[in-house]
Amino acid sequence: MKTDWAGKIRERFPGEVLGGREHAGQRTVWVRRDRILDLLRFLRDECGFDMLTDLTAVDHLGRGRPERFAVVYQLCSVAGWERARLEAFVPESDPVIDSASGLWKAAPWAEREVWDLFGIRFRGHPDLKRILLPDDYEGHPLRKDYPLRGRGERQNFPRFVP
Amino acid sequence: MKASADAAAPAGARRIVNFGPQHPSTHGTLRSVIELEGERIVSLEPEIGYLHSGFEKLAEHRTYNQTVVITDRMNYLSPLCNNVGLAVAVEELMRITVPPRCAAIRVALCELSRIADHILVVGLQAMDLGAFSVMLWTFIEREKLYDIFENVTGARLTTSYTRVGGLLRDVPPDFEETCRSFMKDCTRTLDDMEEMLNDNRIFVDRTRGVGRISREEAISYGITGPVLRACGVPYDIRRVRPYLGYEKYSFDVITETEGDVYARYRVRMREMRESLKIVDQVLRTLPGGPVSVEDPRIAIPPKTADRRPSGGMEGLIYHFKHYMFGHGLCPPEGEVYSCTEVPNGELGFYLVSDGTQRPWRWRVRPPSFYNYQPFPEMCRGRLLSDVVAVLSSLNIIAGELDR
Repeated sequence: MKTDWAGKIRERFPGEVLGGREHAGQRTVWVRRDRILDLLRFLRDECGFDMLTDLTAVDHLGRGRPERFAVVYQLCSVAGWERARLEAFVPESDPVIDSASGLWKAAPWAEREVWDLFGIRFRGHPDLKRILLPDDYEGHPLRKDYPLRGRGERQNFPRFVP
Repeated sequence: MKASADAAAPAGARRIVNFGPQHPSTHGTLRSVIELEGERIVSLEPEIGYLHSGFEKLAEHRTYNQTVVITDRMNYLSPLCNNVGLAVAVEELMRITVPPRCAAIRVALCELSRIADHILVVGLQAMDLGAFSVMLWTFIEREKLYDIFENVTGARLTTSYTRVGGLLRDVPPDFEETCRSFMKDCTRTLDDMEEMLNDNRIFVDRTRGVGRISREEAISYGITGPVLRACGVPYDIRRVRPYLGYEKYSFDVITETEGDVYARYRVRMREMRESLKIVDQVLRTLPGGPVSVEDPRIAIPPKTADRRPSGGMEGLIYHFKHYMFGHGLCPPEGEVYSCTEVPNGELGFYLVSDGTQRPWRWRVRPPSFYNYQPFPEMCRGRLLSDVVAVLSSLNIIAGELDR
């Protein structure tokens, strides 16, 4: 009953796959960022993964991954009760990836959150701006080189003086 | 904020209304900038982040068991469900199976929390639309549930009841009795509520056909929980990807077809009865035995009667290692996405472990975040008063939305 989506991707996009992992029965496929929309469209239209359950990112600083950042797509097939996970690697020097807003309506806010907390830009996003933090915030807190206690934002928060 | 830019150039009778973050019907710190033409909504832009607390960053600096307290503060209407969601995720990461008694107690408490959450949402929804007495009835039931939670966990709200591989402690001896007495009262309250609201002219007029969303749109938006099931999609994690032995209990996945506010209300009411059914089955078949795994590397061994670590010298070492930096619970390297059905949808935890004591990435997939995104679309073209009806039917919890 389970579709071999990982195998299908390797067959269809051999140049895009960087590797893969399996842990606790869940498969992850590592891909390049260049044709991410084609990959996602293929999974949505031909493998039946019709819901983008979650879109997030991981900062793999110093972990020996192909690039520092990975944008993670958790896909789900509502009718077939299946899940798929893609990790698209994004380099630190040019943190940009194509936006999935055209494929799923769930994507815009999730991508705004990734921009806000990781500083990864999404090309073609309708309204890419911060979502959780104030608009004038500097830095992207979920990066591993951002200290837990911040960089003095709390102390230097603009105060209202009448 | 595009809406306010338009305000500078007055076009007809358009005006900008700032809804929240302190509005009583936003149930938390939610803010929307609404552009109105007369009383009709032209556009609406939600502004979120007022309650952002950096939970995901904070969790990267804590051990797995220390992150349980963070989950309490996410969905503060049903903290136990969040506790269980995290425990299930870490157990999946480490491939631990919990003892049957632990799983059964978790299921019972999750379902009781689901009732506490749904009943409050329905009550507040009714209050927002003018039926104040329903809200008071629901608070009576919720108070009884809080008494049960306090009896079991020691806290009403910040329960922190689960541990990786088990529970903080066993339930007290009068657990079954208090649950039974609650269930009897709750059934009566649910009957009263349905009698009050189901065919109530004002309630039905203000909810039927309001905030409608189609099945395809809902899936595209990533909506889950009662809001998705009200569109006719039988998507319930308890059924499609059972955890904690949910496959053993018989219950129906409630769906409605309309996809409007009234359908969501109906789904919630009927789901509470299903939850009561599950609690009843759990109580009838509650197995005995330990409530935590017996591996001392995962769960801290119980203390002896004189409050010393059991197991002699070796027990002391295991006990000590749990609290030493770099020792204790270290899941293997890998990543896992684990989801559970919480009252407002699919709560997912995406955990990335680098093999150390602390998670490398601790991502929460909050159901509120994805359920809130279609809010502007649900309200566009409707009256300002419908905003309140739609908002309360989505069950947006700011603590979880902003994390």
